[in-house]
Amino acid sequence: MTAAIAMQPMIPQPHAVRDVVEETADTFTLTLQRRDGAPANLFEPGQFSMLWVFGVGELPISISGDPGQHDRLVYTVRSVGKATNALVSKKHGTDVGVRGPFGTGWPMHEARGHDLIIVAGGIGLAPLRPVIYHVLSHRKDYERLIVLYGARSPRELLYRKELAAWARQRDTQVLVTVDYGGLSWRHHVGVVTTLFKFARLRPAHSLAMVCGPEVMMRFVARDLESHGLGRDQIYLSMERNMKCGVGFCGHCQYGPHFICKEGPVFSYQRIAPLMEKYEL
Amino acid sequence: MIENLERVIAECPFFAGLDHGFMDLVVGCATNVRFDTGTYIFKEGAAADTFYLLRSGKVAVETFLPNRRPIVISTLAEGEILGWSWLLPPYVWKFHAHAVQNVRAIALDGKCLRNKCEENHDLGYEILKRFVRIVEQRLDATRIQLLDLYAA
Repeated sequence: MTAAIAMQPMIPQPHAVRDVVEETADTFTLTLQRRDGAPANLFEPGQFSMLWVFGVGELPISISGDPGQHDRLVYTVRSVGKATNALVSKKHGTDVGVRGPFGTGWPMHEARGHDLIIVAGGIGLAPLRPVIYHVLSHRKDYERLIVLYGARSPRELLYRKELAAWARQRDTQVLVTVDYGGLSWRHHVGVVTTLFKFARLRPAHSLAMVCGPEVMMRFVARDLESHGLGRDQIYLSMERNMKCGVGFCGHCQYGPHFICKEGPVFSYQRIAPLMEKYEL
Repeated sequence: MIENLERVIAECPFFAGLDHGFMDLVVGCATNVRFDTGTYIFKEGAAADTFYLLRSGKVAVETFLPNRRPIVISTLAEGEILGWSWLLPPYVWKFHAHAVQNVRAIALDGKCLRNKCEENHDLGYEILKRFVRIVEQRLDATRIQLLDLYAA
């Protein structure tokens, strides 16, 4: 966290919308730049920001851009309600307030020298995209990169061109599956866990990073364990109702943890007992 | 050729750990096959007298609804087993299997293997154990798919 953020975490910095890309029918990627021309606040892959849509509300959104690009912040947002709809409807040049980045990132340091197994479902690929950018720009620091991505249908896949480009990189395996594929779909059909048998896994030498709906992460973590990964080798990005972003308000409390401050990234070892509880 | 088939079958995880004598019985029912992209390997309603050990390529398991295009239920690829309707009466395929990439496979004559399993129940138990595992994995995947995992 930068010094400025540490001192004034509740004050949004004015940013301008520089680009809006339609990823799917309801999901958009926004590029924001600071109004004052200063570099964007540095972030770690996996961190999130609170985005102010003035007059509507504030939203916690994971950063989905390249951590090596210091002049912008990029967010991928699914339009599911009033505030997200207002956010994705923003035109070029309009204002958005940004607080953050907040929370813990993916364990990029611990992952050095290891294979990385990225498992994403639906919009869960967004918080993992900075990891992929980071690995590809620091290729010597990491061994194999395995990206396993599932979505409901081909129409709901994010970053399709990038997925194809990543698959062409050395030591990188990208497998994509959908629940419902049309006849023109030439990749896999089935849930994301069915991809493990096609992945070139070296469990003892790997770290897994998983993001998607919680039920998906539960099944993925279970399967990763059955393939020989320890719980301490599996990291998940959790989501709750983040409000303040700094662990004051308690809205995102998850058992003894505040997701916004201690998370959103947790080791599975740390939160597995909580994930097994009903209605938490 | 038989020696090559035996090696390929022995390397398949599905047959891992199968007794050498049983392996000879399995190999006796096996042949190499190829299917070009776009070919239907089998179709719903046809006699199910074979199953396939996929060596390369990809197969879509499809079904269809009236007045609708076929729906792909799942895809199978290298190392996977295609087809278990040969194992149980009425020995009829319940789905289409469509090669969506060029496929190389070992075809195993289901009737031949069924007869050998009837004659040798130890072999039958070994084969059945392996198929139950496949059925369990696919039932598990189907149950998870029904949860509509990516909706939340």
